[in-house]
Amino acid sequence: MSEATLTAAPDVEQLLPGVAAPDTRPGYGGYIVPADRLLEFARRLRDRLGYDYLSSVTAVDYLPDGKMEVVYHAYRTTGGAALVLKTQVPREDAVVPSLVDVYPGVEFQEREAWDLFGVRFTGHPDLRRILMWEGFAGHPMRKDWREAYYEEEGKPYKNRWPDGQVYRIEDKVPFQDNLTFPQGFDPDRWEPETDTALYAGLARVDGGGNGKGIETDQIVVNLGPQHPSTHGVFRLVLSLDGETIVDLKPVMGYLHRNHEKIGERNTFLMNMPFTDRLDYFCSMGNNFGYALAVEKLMGIRPPERAEYIRVIMAELTRIQNHMATIGFLLNDLGAFFTPVIYAFGERELILDVFEAVSGSRMMCNYFRFGGLARDLPPGVLDTIRDLVNERLPRRVDEVDAYLTHNEIVRTRGIGVGVLPRHRAIALSTSGPVLRASGVAYDVRKAEPYGIYDRFDFDIAVRYNGDIYDRYLLRIDEMRQSLRILQQAVRDIPEGPIQTGKPQYQVRVPAGESYGRVENPKGELGYYLVSTGKPNPWRYHVRSPSFINLTALAEMCRGYKVADVVATLGSIDIVLGEVDR
Amino acid sequence: MVGWGIVRGLGVTLKHFLATYVEDFRWFVERISGRSGGRYFNPEALPARQGPKARGIFTIQYPEEKLPVPEEFRFLPFLLVDVDEQGNRHDRCTSCGICAKVCPPQCIWIVRSNDPNTGRPIPEPTEFYIDIDICMNCGLCAEYCPFDAIKMDHEYELASYDRMHHHIFNKERLSKPTSYYASIRPRNYAAEEAARAAKEAAKAARPEGA
Repeated sequence: MSEATLTAAPDVEQLLPGVAAPDTRPGYGGYIVPADRLLEFARRLRDRLGYDYLSSVTAVDYLPDGKMEVVYHAYRTTGGAALVLKTQVPREDAVVPSLVDVYPGVEFQEREAWDLFGVRFTGHPDLRRILMWEGFAGHPMRKDWREAYYEEEGKPYKNRWPDGQVYRIEDKVPFQDNLTFPQGFDPDRWEPETDTALYAGLARVDGGGNGKGIETDQIVVNLGPQHPSTHGVFRLVLSLDGETIVDLKPVMGYLHRNHEKIGERNTFLMNMPFTDRLDYFCSMGNNFGYALAVEKLMGIRPPERAEYIRVIMAELTRIQNHMATIGFLLNDLGAFFTPVIYAFGERELILDVFEAVSGSRMMCNYFRFGGLARDLPPGVLDTIRDLVNERLPRRVDEVDAYLTHNEIVRTRGIGVGVLPRHRAIALSTSGPVLRASGVAYDVRKAEPYGIYDRFDFDIAVRYNGDIYDRYLLRIDEMRQSLRILQQAVRDIPEGPIQTGKPQYQVRVPAGESYGRVENPKGELGYYLVSTGKPNPWRYHVRSPSFINLTALAEMCRGYKVADVVATLGSIDIVLGEVDR
Repeated sequence: MVGWGIVRGLGVTLKHFLATYVEDFRWFVERISGRSGGRYFNPEALPARQGPKARGIFTIQYPEEKLPVPEEFRFLPFLLVDVDEQGNRHDRCTSCGICAKVCPPQCIWIVRSNDPNTGRPIPEPTEFYIDIDICMNCGLCAEYCPFDAIKMDHEYELASYDRMHHHIFNKERLSKPTSYYASIRPRNYAAEEAARAAKEAAKAARPEGA
């Protein structure tokens, strides 16, 4: 395909004449496709227009209209803006064809939409709950579903001021009376069926034997939820033939707190500190994505100095995250904690900067709509200059010298956990996992946000898609981040850090927006729907850790149990973001 | 050669290992010659142990040693009380309720006072509560208070045996004098006082009745 056809406006309406209708609601964009033609349309979109990367799938419950809308964000891996597809179905009978055949990466996202919204995807191979527990009643993200400690539809709650009539929920809700069960549910008689369904869904080999004349047995092994190698409370169900992995299914949701439901009760500003708690390693990056999504809706941009500070913070976040990830990957390979401690030493210095700037090491809550919470305190910029010009480049080189040529790292990493290029795209992976498979796709270049278009840097790419390349890619990426940082601390201007007056109640016009950033773990996106009220109508997080896990089974098949641990480490997940 | 990569990597470990001794020895010489108080248990040595130029052992022996917190550090809000020379206390809080409205986990609740004669609301809250178990230390209340009446504290050691009602802080527990605030956040305090003085001056300069 030539450059001209790629950059030209997509001829979406001609793709299937009379099918895609532009979304004409004020503040909205994209196309509405009827559910019965969706599969056909998506296939043509991928094959004829080159939208090969389906980044995000989510649902929106338009309760007053009685409609359930499923929203798809498709991209080209050559770069450019999103093509937003929507399909609308009645919310009482929400049935939408699954796109797993066209874009296999939607598997977990469609399961999530079924779990939280009750949208049934026909043709999905394994449509089970993914985040909520299997005995759960209802679909919690539906607008008419109310949580156990329900107070009001939106914050601020009226009883806090001026009469201050507040009680501890624990005092009001007696133990065992704070959950709703499905009708006819008896906890004494309940037998969890889902594990049977889970095990039944695993692929099996026919007969015994590994083809070399040795009789082997097929067994199912549960790795986790309490296992040090899973980086949190996360479970993997492995189906093994001898010691070779036949199939694998991740089980998550142990840390699920329905971040999105909380986000829809909150006002727009209140969500900012909550985003810190998603990927708690990279709270600055999380703040960035959310601020971008809201700023798109409000139509404002931060002043110049704030843009520079944002980039500095986001890139420092990337370095400290990759440092820690490399350390933990080595832990998974058996190097007990020495690399982690070396990495954490450097990470501490970056967290010191965050603490001096924002007041907290990890829960930064530093970005505001149209600016930042406060300017850099005196002296901090000098510390950052020292770090990015002197110390960190040397430390990255040291990590490189320390580990890259290590024979154990090479033996355990090279050719293990391979994800080929076309599968990495099809499975919607993002960030280091995608780029280590040879796809030069980085949101900072593909669709530049903030002021990233001003900096001179390269997209780090590696081509083998194995554990070792994912490790090397993170080293490359830290070097590129340092390049950006060196330019940013050189060019940062003086000036204000906030557009307009700081407000605690922002006015957000009605409409939808999708803000995405290249977070250290991958593409982090926020899909927002505003109705012009103080609270968002829909607040969705496209979390990179969660979606990258879709590719885990594919990476692990055919390798050994010990390789699963290393492969999982090389994806770099954080459970605060997987489970949300 | 197989194994050379590991040997090189161990060289880095050895460098780290030796660096701790080199540093310790250097500081030991300084200490016995009386030029400094030593590398450990000496607050003046902390910047050399943790900072962009740090070398050697990185760890801090908490709680015997503590890192100083930066001025912007935030942990739990407190209420500012102006105390004049006669010892009269005056709450800065006017119970306008902005902190309660902006609080993301809704952990602040306020009872506004009313004048018993007129029934109209008066400044200074009757009750002011913060549930510190729910507080997420985001600092939005301090950021958006128009009267500089609620600020974030630096005190972070609050472990207790009780886990229920002692963690609901009332107005008395939350109130701290302005002088304490000036001591933990001198730069912010000076900037706010200057802004207030400028505002007062502008008000005074304005002609009567304008």
